[in-house]
Amino acid sequence: MDTHVIKYEDLELLLGDLCTRYGYDFTEYSRASLHRRVQRLFALDNFSGFAEFRYRLQHDNVYFRRFVEEITVNVTEMLRDPGFYRTLRSTILPVLATYPFIRIWHAGCSTGEEVYSMAILLKEAGLLQKSLLYGTDINPHVIEKARKGIFPVSQMQKYSENYIQSGGLQDFSSYYTANYHLAKFDSSLTGKMIFSTHNLVSDFSFNEFQLILCRNVLIYFERELQAKVFKLFDYSLENFGYLALGSKESLRFSPIAGRYRQVGKEKIWRKINEPG
Amino acid sequence: MNQGKLLLIGGSAGSLQVILSMLTAVGRGYAMPVVVVLHRNNTFESSLEDLISTRTKVAIKEIEEKEPILPGMVYLCPADYHVLIEQDHTFSLDYSERVNFSRPSIDVTFKSAADVYGAGVVAVVLSGGNADGAEGMQEVKAQGGFTIVQDPGTAEVPYMPQQVLLRMGADLVVPTEELPAVIKGFGRPA
Repeated sequence: MDTHVIKYEDLELLLGDLCTRYGYDFTEYSRASLHRRVQRLFALDNFSGFAEFRYRLQHDNVYFRRFVEEITVNVTEMLRDPGFYRTLRSTILPVLATYPFIRIWHAGCSTGEEVYSMAILLKEAGLLQKSLLYGTDINPHVIEKARKGIFPVSQMQKYSENYIQSGGLQDFSSYYTANYHLAKFDSSLTGKMIFSTHNLVSDFSFNEFQLILCRNVLIYFERELQAKVFKLFDYSLENFGYLALGSKESLRFSPIAGRYRQVGKEKIWRKINEPG
Repeated sequence: MNQGKLLLIGGSAGSLQVILSMLTAVGRGYAMPVVVVLHRNNTFESSLEDLISTRTKVAIKEIEEKEPILPGMVYLCPADYHVLIEQDHTFSLDYSERVNFSRPSIDVTFKSAADVYGAGVVAVVLSGGNADGAEGMQEVKAQGGFTIVQDPGTAEVPYMPQQVLLRMGADLVVPTEELPAVIKGFGRPA
């Protein structure tokens, strides 16, 4: 068994190459997960040794794209953690409803399932017409998928259950058209979405939002990078706007914690106007 | 034998009672931190930590990301996340694809722990109906760690410990009723 062909030291060499050759900085990503993904890719693509792997990555732009696609985690689902979405419906959307125009940012949205979930909630609250949903991810491949709004039909039963648990009262299947094994979501939802690549490590704030969602992205970052990203979110969030994180993530240790107050038990924080 | 630095327990169907009796034996003041990877249903989520802490005397907590790994503590993998171990002896959480239909996966945590703790790992695979854990145990062994398997003949669901034994054998195959004493023995202060 050769799961040890990529050593932690080798990984550091690769990360250095990616920085200098492509300008992609993964050096502040948590290593254990990165190591596991790189090791997996190395085995999957049948490299004979680390030198060959490194050379390919240094000299082949197309392979570099594959590398980014494969080492970033793109697992997501619609209405994951229905309790979270129930809180959005009951507590957050009524506040957002008071704004003339609603801007929401899904940072690290992967293939877009959460963006579609949010659009459904907004539509049911009668807010979709005055909303704009931005979905961004470092990985261009998943952003292309998100734009299409086409997901496997095999997932729909699970999503429908999540939908009901989240407080949904419609027939979930009314939001998509099934064709063989694919479900295409309604263009009335897609029409309010803007998808773009964005790298949380190096790219700037691009708008001001009332709600930013970044769920299960920060777990892959080291503390210093988490702090930087929290500052980016803080800068991109209006006063009294909301920041939503994954179920095991917290604002607690961040430099912006003093200006935020948690909303109930869910991982949602509201920006308040007190100095940090 | 080396002094253990980290005790890993992997269990699935039919392992909860064994885990409770092992942790009762562990008690407080155990020499190694303990990491429990238990396959479980999302809906039970928070009650498991409460159940273990009322039924045993251990200091247990559900793992938070970036948390340092400290002796005297029992760490429980949260539902629906993989748990990895960093070189600086902190935990990382990971929401990537299921492994062996499982998240948390025993293989994922065991391999990652073997990477970092090497020969300091003591790993136990218990009852279950899934092959998760077998690859992880192989990696623990490859890095010089110590492997213990619940005797399949005494396990509620023998498949999981059997898979380990089929693949590689184990340093110790222990019947259910002896597991608490063996685990306690590993955690005596040096």
